[in-house]
Parts: sequence; C-alpha cells; structure tokens
Amino acid sequence: MHTNLLKWSLLLSAVVALCLSAVSYAQLTTNQQQEWLNSPAASSHVGNLSGSAHAAALPYRRYCVGCHGPLGDGVGENAPWINPQPRNFQLAIFKCRSTPTGTLPTDQDLYDSIGRGLDRSNMPSWNVLTKQERTDLVAWIKHFSPRWQNEKPGTPIQIPAEPEITPDRVKAGQEVFRKMECWKCHGVQGMANGPSSSTLTDDLGRPISPFNFTDGSRPLCGSTDSDIYKIFMTGLDGTPMPSFADNIKPEEAWDLVFYLRSLQPHNAYNAKERQIANQLGLKPVNPNAPAQ
Amino acid sequence: MRMWAQSHLCQKPQRVSSVLAAAFALIFLILGSQSASALPAFARKYGLRCSACHESWPALNNFGLKFRDNGYQLMNDRDAPIWQNPGYWPVTFRITPIWHRLSSLQQVDTYTSGIASPTGSTAARISSSGFDLSGLDFHTGGTLEKNISFYVLPSSDSTGSFHFESVNARLDNIGGSPWLNLRVGRFELNNLLSEKRTLWLSGNGGIYQTYHFIPVGDGNIFGQMGDNQLGMEYLGHSVDDRTRVSASLLSSSDGNVNLSTGANSYSGFFTFDQGFDTGKLGTQRIGAYAFVGEAATYYPTNSSGGTGAVPIPGSGIGNKGFSRVGFYGQFYLGPHFDLNVVTQHGEDNAWFGQGYGNAIASDGNGGATATCSSPANGPNCPLNNTPGTTLPAGSRSPIWNGYTFEARYVYSPQLIFKAVYEAERMQQQATPGTVSSLGNINNYSIGYRYNPFMTSRAGFAYFGEFNLFHQDGTGPVNAAGNTTNVNTSELLFGLDFDF
Repeated sequence: MHTNLLKWSLLLSAVVALCLSAVSYAQLTTNQQQEWLNSPAASSHVGNLSGSAHAAALPYRRYCVGCHGPLGDGVGENAPWINPQPRNFQLAIFKCRSTPTGTLPTDQDLYDSIGRGLDRSNMPSWNVLTKQERTDLVAWIKHFSPRWQNEKPGTPIQIPAEPEITPDRVKAGQEVFRKMECWKCHGVQGMANGPSSSTLTDDLGRPISPFNFTDGSRPLCGSTDSDIYKIFMTGLDGTPMPSFADNIKPEEAWDLVFYLRSLQPHNAYNAKERQIANQLGLKPVNPNAPAQ
Repeated sequence: MRMWAQSHLCQKPQRVSSVLAAAFALIFLILGSQSASALPAFARKYGLRCSACHESWPALNNFGLKFRDNGYQLMNDRDAPIWQNPGYWPVTFRITPIWHRLSSLQQVDTYTSGIASPTGSTAARISSSGFDLSGLDFHTGGTLEKNISFYVLPSSDSTGSFHFESVNARLDNIGGSPWLNLRVGRFELNNLLSEKRTLWLSGNGGIYQTYHFIPVGDGNIFGQMGDNQLGMEYLGHSVDDRTRVSASLLSSSDGNVNLSTGANSYSGFFTFDQGFDTGKLGTQRIGAYAFVGEAATYYPTNSSGGTGAVPIPGSGIGNKGFSRVGFYGQFYLGPHFDLNVVTQHGEDNAWFGQGYGNAIASDGNGGATATCSSPANGPNCPLNNTPGTTLPAGSRSPIWNGYTFEARYVYSPQLIFKAVYEAERMQQQATPGTVSSLGNINNYSIGYRYNPFMTSRAGFAYFGEFNLFHQDGTGPVNAAGNTTNVNTSELLFGLDFDF
C-alpha cells in the first residue's frame, strides 16, 4: 500500500514538476520578449520608413507564425514538415546580409529578404505586403533576440563597381573557383555534387545542400551580380558557406561572379558570360591542376 | 484465495492507472488534434496558415489574391507538384451545419368560420427555425506542372444534387510574364469583391444582390456577375499584383452547360484595378469593370409533342444587348478595418425588360416548358420573341443602379466582425407607368466569424449572422388586394469547417 502511495506521489510530483517547468520556461521567455519588445532595438529604419515592432504583431501572427513560431524560434507548427527549416530569430543568425560574416544584418537586409523570399525554401516573396508592413516586420524580427539589444549591425561591405566582363576574367574566375576549393561542395561543374556535398550540415547539425548553379534555381539572396558577389564576400552565416572576404580580392570576386554566371542556364543576367564560356570552350574545373 | 486477493488488490491501482492513462491520452489527443487534422489543399502544400491568404476564410487578402493570380503558386521553386509527397491529394471539402430562423411574408389561405375550404388569401408572416445543412463543396485545385494549374469544384445543394460549380484549367505566366495568363472553363468572374469567397452564408446575405439584380419582369438572367460563367479569361498582373487587368469571353448562358441557350450569343467581362500603398493605412485598391453582351430572345419551338410550343435547347437567336458597368473599391484603414465598395449601372434591352430572354435555362423563367405568345398569358410562362412579335407600346430599356458596401473589422486573424449594406435602385422601369420603386432592394447583414484555432491543416469557425432583406412591391398580395413588399429576415449560427 505504501509502495503504491509512493509510486503515485512520485508520478504526480513528476507531472506537476513537468508542467511547472514548462509554464515557467514559457513565462520567462515571454517576459523577456515583452521587455525586448519595448526596447529601442525593436524598431527599424528602411529608407524613409520607420518600423515599429508593435505594429507588426498582427501581420506576424497572420503570415509568419505558422513556420517561425510565436516565439520566433523557428518551431512553428509547420516546422517539422519544412526543409530547410524556418529561421530561428532568437539566434539572430541570417544568411542574406550585406554585412561581414558573424555580424548582424542591416534592417535593409532583412527587409529585402522578406520582400524577395528565399528560393529553394518555403519562404515566399512577401512583396505584396506594403513597405510599411515589411519595415514593421523587420522591427518585430529584431525583438526576438538579445543580440539586437547588445550589438549593432555590421557595416555593409563595399562593393566596387562591376568591371567589364572579358574572357580573361571568366577564366580567372574559374581559377578562383578551383583555388578556393568551391568545387569541393559545388562540384567541378557547379552541379552541387562535390565530394563534400553529402556531408554538409548547418550550424544546428541539420543536413544542407550546396547550391546547384546548373539547374536554374535562383540564388538564395538575390539574382543580380552584386547579390552573388555579396554571398561569397559575406558568407551565408549558419551554413558551411564561409566568407571569402579575407581570401580573395574584390577583382577576383568579380571574376568568380562572371564564372559562376557562365555555369547557369540561360537567364536574364548571363547571356554574355555564357557566350564567352562557349567561345573559350571551358572545361570543368580540374582540382589537381597546378595553380596558375 | 490469497493469491486471488493479492491479485485483486494489485488490479485495483492498475485499473485506476488505466483510467488515468486513458484520460491523459484523451487530453493529449484533444490538445494534439488541433494540428493533426487533415489538410486544406493549398495550406498544407505550402505550410502556410489559412490567415496568410485569407483575411478570414474564404475571403482573400492581397497575398491570397496574388497567389490566385499566379495560378495557385507562390512563385518559388516549390510550386511544381514534384515537390509534394506522392500521397498529397489537393482536395478540401466544406459543408456547414447550421441553425437558422427564417421569417418572411407569404401568401396564405384564409378561412371563414364554418367553411372548411379556403375562401381567400392574404399576406402573412411565416417564421420557422431549426437545424439545417448547407450544400457540400469539394474543392480541388493546384498545379499540374509549374505554371499549369487547374481548379475543379463539384458542388451540391443541401439535398446532395451535384453540379460543377467551377471547372477550369490555366496556363500561367506564359513566356515568363505575369501579364499573360489564360484560363478556360467555368470560373468565377474576376470580381474584386468575390461572391464565391463571401463570408456570408444566409439565403439573401450569402449572395451580393448587386451581382444578381434583375428588374421585376425582366427575362435576362445572363448578366449575373455573381454566377460562375463558361468561357475563356485573360488575366495580367504586375509582379507584386498591385496592377491587375482581365478580359473574358463568355458564352451568354449564365454558366449553364450543354449549349442549352443561345445558338451564338457571347458576352465580355473586363476589369482593371490598381492598388496603392498608403503607409500605415495599408493597400488601397480601386478598379472598374464592364460586363457587356448579347443574349437570345427567340427560341425556335417544337409543337409536335402536343404539349405546346416547346423551345428547342441551344437554338436561341434574336440576340439583344445588356450591360453592367461599375467601380470597385477596397479601402484599408489600418490593419483592423477595411471597406469594400461595388457600384453598378445596369441596363437591359427593352425586349429583356418585357420578359423575353430566358426560355430554356432551368434557373430562370420556368425552364424548357411551352412558351407563351403574350406576356398576358401568365407570369410564369417563358416568353418567346417569335417572328411577328411586337413589344408593348412605350416599352423601353430597364435601367438601374446598385451599391454594395461591405465593412470588416479584423480583431485578429481568428476573429472578424462584418457588415453589409446593399441598395438596388431602379432608374427607369421597362414599362411606362410602373411604380418607379418596384423591385428596389435594401439588404442588410451583420455577423462574425471566430476561428478557435488557426493552423495550416484545417479550417474551423463558429459564425453567426443576421440578415434583413427588403424589396419593394414583389411580396404576396394582402387581404385588400395590394401587393406587399418583401420583408424577410434570417438569423443563422453554425460551424463552418474545411478539411
């Protein structure tokens, strides 16, 4: 009888403890975020627009919460069914930035991501929202993480003017691709089948695929030449794609842009690059070739 | 015995724990069931909540409008069906159990003391209430391949009699341009204030009177913008969907199938609308539409059956014109309040005004029964513009104006309050001397919808609404022999769900 009583007491205590801990965790998190919601960091500035996190509560609940979750932790009700997983705003680690690796993005970076959407993910373009709504949502995103309370966004990298494309530049870009070992993930033909491609994981240990330049996908952070330049000069934080800002010079980065363009199927941006690549008869990168 | 006793003692807590376990299981099942229900077709494909596309289901917001205009695509690389689990079947069904109370004036027999059979009739109010059902809709739609989409909606009335409410296929973004989309089949016209996505479910409140108004005695059923039509639609829109333009070529059949009406009558429906960002107020949208066409007034007949001159389906000629033109407005005053406005200026040819037009279609003037040679032959007798028919002296085109105002207060994505006022006003009656207000309509509705949960898996709402409908001079005849006004009311509560 005593044994039974003990057993039931333990069971009941465990259930109560579990419930209390769950409640207190949620309470703590909610309280923290309420505090951050009222902090100066929970605002945004994009062009002439000023955004307020408070104003975005309704749009966030309407459009975003199903994936990103009420607490912005990326575990909304749809998260288990989505690959790649929704962004965890509490970590404040963002792929698409104009700022150096490891730093916070600018408000404009977040605004652009919302409006552009992220191809090869479930994140659609929200350009149908008004500019004010998108600016408010930027402020809302920032209220989820303590990083915004303590850190300033990084300084956007300088992107030099795009040089004239020449056959020499496309060839030089291929050499950068080889030298920086881009092929290890992206493959010697840019088909996302490099020797490391199947082993890649993001910072949270989730499998992740490199970008396939040849299947017509839009680059994750924008389709212009400058957007591509930014990707390898800032890196995609939270993924295995590093920043090469310390390893290649700006003119080499432009060469790489031109070469990568030549790998893509015909699109609105790469007619000249493809023509040059055809004229040159470029072959796939040879990983074992001596450095030029 | 002792063993039994021990065993019995041991069994007791086991039974208790079994009950507790079952109770816990039930609680978890109930709590968990909110996100484990089956899946509305589009939401489950993209993992978005209902509220992403719907201001309140099924009314679209701007994001949902863009999604629809893109052919049910988000325009990322997840649109093609290859991204879906092979088990994905894009079907949603919707049926609505309701309780409602209807009250209307009807023609009722009167009796005199001592006489068992009716001795007259009068207008009397009949009220009835009870539990009821809506019809059943099976929505299925999506992409067959990137930029090729479809929509099929078999729909029944509340007795289970089915028809195809929508069936269409679309070629989207032809040549990579959002300005070139083509749709063929039966579809809802590109009305900015969509009747098929209305938040209302009562009999008179569930349709927009402006989209269906027909002057008293008019025989033209073919200009009803609220009915899905058969034809082909061009739609173009800007990338952000702020600018939209459409043009449709339609059979003048009011959506009836089997070429059962005119031999060669067509109509066109044209729309243009433009959205404007107005800062914190939101996106304002204004637009215009024109519905112009011709429909038959003369149907060759066959009298060989001995049942009179029966019109031959599909034979309609003697086309006469009609038009409906107006403006749309969709005005947001911040994130919580919006106002939708539709105006209409309508005009039918004088032949329609005198009751010619529909002698075939089953939803209008009596179906394919024997026609009449004269309007004097009876109010339910389809008129036929047979050779030699002349219009009564002074006949003219009926002209009217309509106004619809629908206001919504969105407290949250889960709770919406709504109100509608509609006014239909005759400007010119078809027959001189007719009371100028005959047929005028005032229609009022107020209501709410509350979604107790909101996921991408299923839609469920408690809703309630109240409707008052008034029409001048078309009610039953009272004891004094005067035609009364129609005054009906409906109170309705229900559970709306899609699965």
